Amino acid sequence: MSLLELKGVTLSFAGSKVLDGVDFSVPAGHIVSLIGPNGAGKTSLFNCITGFYKPQQGSIQLAGTEMLKLKPHQVTQLGIARTFQNVRLFREMTVLENVMSGQHSRTRAGVIDAILRLPSQRREEAEIRQVAEECLSFVGIIEGWEREATTLPYGWQRRVEIARALATKPRLLLLDEPAAGLTSGEKEELIDLIRRIRNERDVCILLIEHDTGLVMRLSERISVLDHGVMIAEGTPKEIQSNQRVIEAYLGVEEDALDL
Amino acid sequence: MSIFDIFTNQLLNGIVLGSFYALVALGYTMVFGVVKLLNFAHGELYMVGGFAGFLVLSFLAPYLGPGWLGVAVSMVLAMIAVGFLGVVIERVAYAPMLSAPRLSILITALAVSLVLQNGMLTLTKGQYVPFGAALGFGGIKLGNLFISYNQMILVGVAAVLMLALELFVSRTQYGRAMRAVSVDKDMARLMGINVNAVIGITFFVGSALAAAAGSMAGAYYGSLWYFMGFLIGLKAFTAAVIGGIGSIPGAMLGGLILGLLESFGTQLPGVGSEWKDVFSFSVLILVLVFKPTGLLGKPEQERM
Repeated sequence: MSLLELKGVTLSFAGSKVLDGVDFSVPAGHIVSLIGPNGAGKTSLFNCITGFYKPQQGSIQLAGTEMLKLKPHQVTQLGIARTFQNVRLFREMTVLENVMSGQHSRTRAGVIDAILRLPSQRREEAEIRQVAEECLSFVGIIEGWEREATTLPYGWQRRVEIARALATKPRLLLLDEPAAGLTSGEKEELIDLIRRIRNERDVCILLIEHDTGLVMRLSERISVLDHGVMIAEGTPKEIQSNQRVIEAYLGVEEDALDL
Repeated sequence: MSIFDIFTNQLLNGIVLGSFYALVALGYTMVFGVVKLLNFAHGELYMVGGFAGFLVLSFLAPYLGPGWLGVAVSMVLAMIAVGFLGVVIERVAYAPMLSAPRLSILITALAVSLVLQNGMLTLTKGQYVPFGAALGFGGIKLGNLFISYNQMILVGVAAVLMLALELFVSRTQYGRAMRAVSVDKDMARLMGINVNAVIGITFFVGSALAAAAGSMAGAYYGSLWYFMGFLIGLKAFTAAVIGGIGSIPGAMLGGLILGLLESFGTQLPGVGSEWKDVFSFSVLILVLVFKPTGLLGKPEQERM
């Protein structure tokens, strides 16, 4: 049973095809990686899943619900969260406020309640704060919550971003190059964190990553995209020995891909 | 009058004037924050708010009286009506333009301003309209300083509205959504925030504050005029720039500072009250030259 199911997704910009009939799925409970050379269309695929790009053809379903017509905030409400290649925390907001903002779609109090600060609204604020604190603790940020988020060290900012994504209570978490710019120690912690997110919070993970070592260790399934076409899908072992993948990466035939 | 009396008197005048400026400046700065638009029609919403308050009061005065009770209820209803007007303006005139070049939308804003102004000119035939409130002349005397109850209520209401706004923006989920939208709209969408709804709320709140100022000004000064929004719109813009456009505390501070500068500035030797506007717009130019980001504004960070 797959949580995310893409069928024949085709996306073109000004006549040139960025994604060409992409079939792709994320099985429930799995950590899946999406790899491919630069310009293969990986980030475009993420943008289609989150509703920012509208594919001309195809279907994108989360647990059987068609999402093609949904706006980005509705996709988030359905249970998909994402982080970016370059950290994009909200400036001029504290760490805690950043993570609290992730729970917007789960807010029940209306604007009027908020303006009048009714008791129900205050209670909800306390709940939102509690959830944010829990998410921050989960990713290992246990202090500095009142600091302006963008003043934290880079590695911490990445974790805050993951905490903020978790605060939206996703069923599927998309991570766009989560290891970029991290030290090797931080990468180890990231691998551990991603596994814990899946195991303890029951969140499926789909990541784009160029660090192939990390991809091989972490992924249970790998899909390979090249020039907008899905050229391979399988376990890390199968992908490592797949001839088409090797050609895509190296442009020539090789005996083995030294991933 | 001693120097001290002049000082306290001008301080009071400055605070009253500054309250009006601040309320209008808040809408300017909030709208700029979320859609990066200088809403030059904002001053007209102050004017329309004054007329809306007048209209409601003329219906309610027989029941509630023309005193502060009637004015307060009229003000609240005017705020709601003009709040919705602001949302309609945003949806009809600005929303389709948001991805157009900045200059196009600025011209749209000027057009909206002219539509509202000339619409009211036609309706009122260019006449001054008496607001119809009767607020009384009571007050308290502190030494040589006379503070009217009207001034106290006016400043008090403005302070309460601003405090409520500050709490709304800093302590509620909608306020956080508003700040998130102003920083990064796409990221806000990924947080499940309905960006269009947040923009709508922002226009509603900003327009309602302008209407509050317009109704209070009508009640306080006694009459309304179709052109009354023009100058205060520019002054509020100046106040927002002084405080740092986009910053809510900045707009409050900027409004107060501008009000005080004007009331004290006119007391300087050789600077009569006819120089008031020259004075405030010179301040605008000086701020733009020496601290373009304003007192509380932060420099815009370019994203790589």
